[in-house]
Amino acid sequence: MTIKEVRSVLHAELLTPELELSTQVHAACGADMMSDVLAYVKDQAVLVTGLNNPQVVRTADMMDMVCICLVRGKIPDETFLNLASERGIVVLSSHMTMFTACGLLYEAGLRGAKNDG
Amino acid sequence: MRRGCAGRRMMAEPIRIHYTVTGDDFTQAGTASADLKSRLRTMGFPADVIRKVTISLYEGEINLVIHAGGGEIEVTVSGDRIKLVLSDSGPGIEDIELAKREGWSSAPDEIRSLGFGAGMGIPNMIKYSDSFDIQSTPGVGTVVTMEINC
Ligand SMILES: Nc1ncnc2c1ncn2[C@@H]1O[C@H](COP(=O)(O)OP(=O)(O)OP(=O)(O)O)[C@@H](O)[C@H]1O
Ligand SMILES: [Mg+2]
Repeated sequence: MTIKEVRSVLHAELLTPELELSTQVHAACGADMMSDVLAYVKDQAVLVTGLNNPQVVRTADMMDMVCICLVRGKIPDETFLNLASERGIVVLSSHMTMFTACGLLYEAGLRGAKNDG
Repeated sequence: MRRGCAGRRMMAEPIRIHYTVTGDDFTQAGTASADLKSRLRTMGFPADVIRKVTISLYEGEINLVIHAGGGEIEVTVSGDRIKLVLSDSGPGIEDIELAKREGWSSAPDEIRSLGFGAGMGIPNMIKYSDSFDIQSTPGVGTVVTMEINC
């Protein structure tokens, strides 16, 4: 599915309006600990997280992730958004909880890494 | 004739890159890894090699910031391998076998609330690098050496 579809599944607000939403997303990762994000390589993935500090963007960037969706209505600061925009990572914010957001994305067809169990 | 993965001609001489990581600014943690990532991309290394290198270095860089008060990174890029040496003069590690264990962390709650301290950094470095070594002396410092082949 595309980032645009992820946005609509999660009823999410778009925080980086300048970035492209037609990019394909193949996998998702839900985590609040960055080393858990780094443990499994996924292609074209979306990161679902409740954390909104700039290290989240750096971590997503290391993994070549294409989108970060913040849950529970979190809004990141300027530093976070500027870094994401510079790295071409779309930022969304949804009011859903982590559990619901991940469940809906799974239902919509996204999967985790091939080797995550 | 063996051809290194970033092209033989380009890698006639190993390239050395040095980074100093400061311990006082958590928001800057990861800039060295991001810089190396873009350099390796420009040099033409394959995406999977770049990912192994940058994840390994990023975990090490974060550890320098949160556990050691900063340190130095020495990168040596050759045609067939990339070597990463991270050294610090921090508190050192009392029990290295424990530190290598998945899920073991000494990070305080305020570090955890930033998304670090899962105790997965060293396990990730071991997983993504082709060779991993850690030497540490309590009160003196820590040296982590990793190599990634391509
Ligand atoms: N450079 C270092 N200096 C001192 N202690 C270190 C250093 N690197 C790691 N450690 C110790 O080893 C432990 C395990 O490190 P590891 O990177 O695996 O986990 P973490 O940093 O605690 O959490 P995570 O990496 O998952 O965010 C740390 O909690 C810390 O006690
Ligand atoms: Mg760590």
